[in-house]
Amino acid sequence: MSTEEKPKDYSESPINLEYFYTAGSATTRFLNQVKEGKLVGQACPKCKAVYVPPRGSCPRCGVATNIEVPLTDKGCIESFTVVHIPIPGNPIVPPYVCAMIRLDGSNISFLHLIQGVDIQEIRIGMRIQAVWKPKEEWTHSLENIKWFAPIDEPDIDVATLRFKES
Amino acid sequence: MKKVAIIGYAQHPILSNAGALNEVELIMPVVHHLFDELGIDQKNIDFTCSGSCDYLQGAAFAFVEGLSAIQTNPPIKESHVEMDAAWAMYESMLKIQMGDADTALIYGFGKSSPGNLDSIMSLQMDPYYISPLWPDRVSLAALQARVLLDKKIVTKEQMLSAVIEARVNSKNNKNALINDLIDESTYLEEEIISSPLNAFDCPPISDGSSAMIIASEEKAYEYTDKPILIEGIDHRIESSNLGSRDLSSSKSLQASMDHLQLNNFEFDVAELHTQFSFELPFLRSLLGLVDVPTNLSGGPLVGNVMMCAGLDAIGKTYESLKQNDLHRGLAHASSGPCLQHNMLVHLEKEQ
Amino acid sequence: MFATQYVGSFGERTMIQAGVIGVGQTKYDAKRRDVSMAGLVREAIDNAMLAANVEWDAIDAVVLGKAPDMFEGVIMPELYLADAIGAVGKPVLRVHTAGSVGGSTGVIAATHVCSGQFKTVLTVTFEKQSESNATWALSPRYPYSPHINAGAGGYFAPFIREYIRRYDAPEHIGWKVAAKDRQNALKNPLAHLHIPGIDEKMVSDTPMLWEPLRYLESCPSSDGACAMVITSQDQVGDRDVAWIKGMAVRSEGTLSAGRDEVNPQAGIDCAKDIYNQAGITNPYKEIDCAEIYVPFSWYEPMWLENLGFCELGEGWKVTDRDATAIDGEMPFNMSGGVLSSNPIGASGMIRFGEAALQVMGQAQDHQVENAKVAMGHAYGGAAQFFAMWIVSSSLD
Repeated sequence: MSTEEKPKDYSESPINLEYFYTAGSATTRFLNQVKEGKLVGQACPKCKAVYVPPRGSCPRCGVATNIEVPLTDKGCIESFTVVHIPIPGNPIVPPYVCAMIRLDGSNISFLHLIQGVDIQEIRIGMRIQAVWKPKEEWTHSLENIKWFAPIDEPDIDVATLRFKES
Repeated sequence: MKKVAIIGYAQHPILSNAGALNEVELIMPVVHHLFDELGIDQKNIDFTCSGSCDYLQGAAFAFVEGLSAIQTNPPIKESHVEMDAAWAMYESMLKIQMGDADTALIYGFGKSSPGNLDSIMSLQMDPYYISPLWPDRVSLAALQARVLLDKKIVTKEQMLSAVIEARVNSKNNKNALINDLIDESTYLEEEIISSPLNAFDCPPISDGSSAMIIASEEKAYEYTDKPILIEGIDHRIESSNLGSRDLSSSKSLQASMDHLQLNNFEFDVAELHTQFSFELPFLRSLLGLVDVPTNLSGGPLVGNVMMCAGLDAIGKTYESLKQNDLHRGLAHASSGPCLQHNMLVHLEKEQ
Repeated sequence: MFATQYVGSFGERTMIQAGVIGVGQTKYDAKRRDVSMAGLVREAIDNAMLAANVEWDAIDAVVLGKAPDMFEGVIMPELYLADAIGAVGKPVLRVHTAGSVGGSTGVIAATHVCSGQFKTVLTVTFEKQSESNATWALSPRYPYSPHINAGAGGYFAPFIREYIRRYDAPEHIGWKVAAKDRQNALKNPLAHLHIPGIDEKMVSDTPMLWEPLRYLESCPSSDGACAMVITSQDQVGDRDVAWIKGMAVRSEGTLSAGRDEVNPQAGIDCAKDIYNQAGITNPYKEIDCAEIYVPFSWYEPMWLENLGFCELGEGWKVTDRDATAIDGEMPFNMSGGVLSSNPIGASGMIRFGEAALQVMGQAQDHQVENAKVAMGHAYGGAAQFFAMWIVSSSLD
């Protein structure tokens, strides 16, 4: 060992832990539908808010969302960003667009990708629809949807999306 | 000291594997049960505090999931400790004593079945010298058991008794995970995991959730004629360096006993967060509970939900006082290897 | 009911008045390889206790706070750190409320004193995120979910974009905040980022990360710790003290229907609560300076509105006219803020501690002249956890 070498000031101690992950009963019901190419939200029995993807509870009311609500795969962009850094383990090439997608009939948004349109054209309120993978590739995941692409319908005023308890 | 009372406690049936139930689905039923029992909802709760462990759940920020079980519209005063929910109760009690709340909701949750609890708990140690050796929680407990046996502070017969009694008592708790009885020969034939401990000496891997509601004494009278008050509560931690601790005694518990003036104090009932068999006779002798009915619920040996078991000890003591003609109870909660961090809760029922 | 409204001043509602008598911090840096975790927290603690002029026997309890344990790979570090934080033989709590934890820990430490149970409490928060991988820890990858999470900025950028759209804000606002906070940091020797000559142009020349946020509009990843000594009124003696005039926490559900992520209700409610407690009706006029949790540049105008310093839609104009500069009408983040140093678990307490330093007159080169009332603010998670406090040089 050369006398020039600096002593190490750290040691690597890798931690590898495995967990058996369960999605929860409510999410399981949702994912079983996604596997069939269907998007089914769940509504709160108290305030009637529709959640997709559902987590099993309504944070407004603190009760289980036990009402199934079939939804289409159309919606609008509630907000979005253009991402310039790559995602570890994902082949997608930056810049790409991540958006908060509000499906028609749902009261919350979820994050997904927007493709099939020039980035400059993307607007808040733009109407979009899911582009699915081939049916043979469907699993229990929203990854069955490759991305959302614009459709030829007039933009939505996102202010109207704000949930109001009826 | 401004007095605080426990006015409700609920425990989810302890499961060896909650299966598809996630944390939210474990927490909601216990919280709703308490609300229904007291005829209240989240609007009557001034402060909410929970206890859980991200690493147990398997993701950073995982504790946030638990909050989905609670009504947070309008926004609530809420906090979280990455500790057993007994400490969430402690924090909530301070809020009430300060005057910043009259009622508080506490909940704890933990699923040990998804991960490898032994590996996970090894990460509680010094990360530079000890954790890379992956000392598991059973072996660490075994170190202490060995010290106690060698010094004759605890005997093997006492360990066996603890195991047998736990299963006999579990019939008192409909939520207990284990209720089958065992006999001496079954115990003695069981393979040693880490000497001197076998599987029966250790708590079962458990999934579950618990909740509690506490209130200022004044507020408690709106719900009951005989509130169960926290007469005294104290917790202390010891050194993390096992080599510098005397594992045959507990400085932290002795300090709490002195502070709460519990030496030579007579309790009617006690519940101790003793996860390993030998801990029960050890603590009973330290805390002067040798003649006191202890762990009538069966204790952690028949159901040990991580992050809840300490709160459960407090809750079970509360239940014992509430349901019987008993006056004074002692609860103990613990955290860390070899009983490093301990809490004592002295409860009394109004006569 | 206390839950959403409060009547009466802080002084009327607490058992005991409490104040900060010492704040201690570490040098913040990308990797503090020169110390272990124990050494890191001890550096902040030693500085706090020296500043407070207290010995170990005066400390009745220790309150530790930090963000997820995945940032270091140590579970429940109050156990391992018991010796380093001087907690052996004493009560210790470990708080975890995501990014707001530094603030909520301060609130809980003060609660210990205000409950009447403890006279003097040491509180410390830290993160040594160089030990693990912060980006990995910030992007938990849940099975069955599409993996398109591209870091914390990727989550917040859409809401910033919505703010810009709602109020027609010009793009240079973000650059202005980024430059201003880093210029302030040049006056704070402890700050992580020292970028001499930083200006709006330098910021706008850096690569775009998540539109509209550029590289220099985002917070760094830092190692560091911050500690405070909080004591009861009768223990202060003739020390400098920052009296706590109001403190509160609020949480709301992340994915709650009707939630406005641009202007979260929990933030609005939390601020109203502390203003109520401190008897403040016009924060812009009555608060001399504020340390506000701004990890991405645009959160300054957004929080100006959320915290009631100005009307909705006016936040970017307040920033634009340099009102939040260190010599402006409403200085924000004199220390350099989260944009200059971000040990996640400590960042909230750094805000609370820096606010205290201002009213104690101990902020040295980044001192706001005659600061008597200051605000500390922290937020965490998906902007759903908030902790805030008001401190003052005078008790009444």
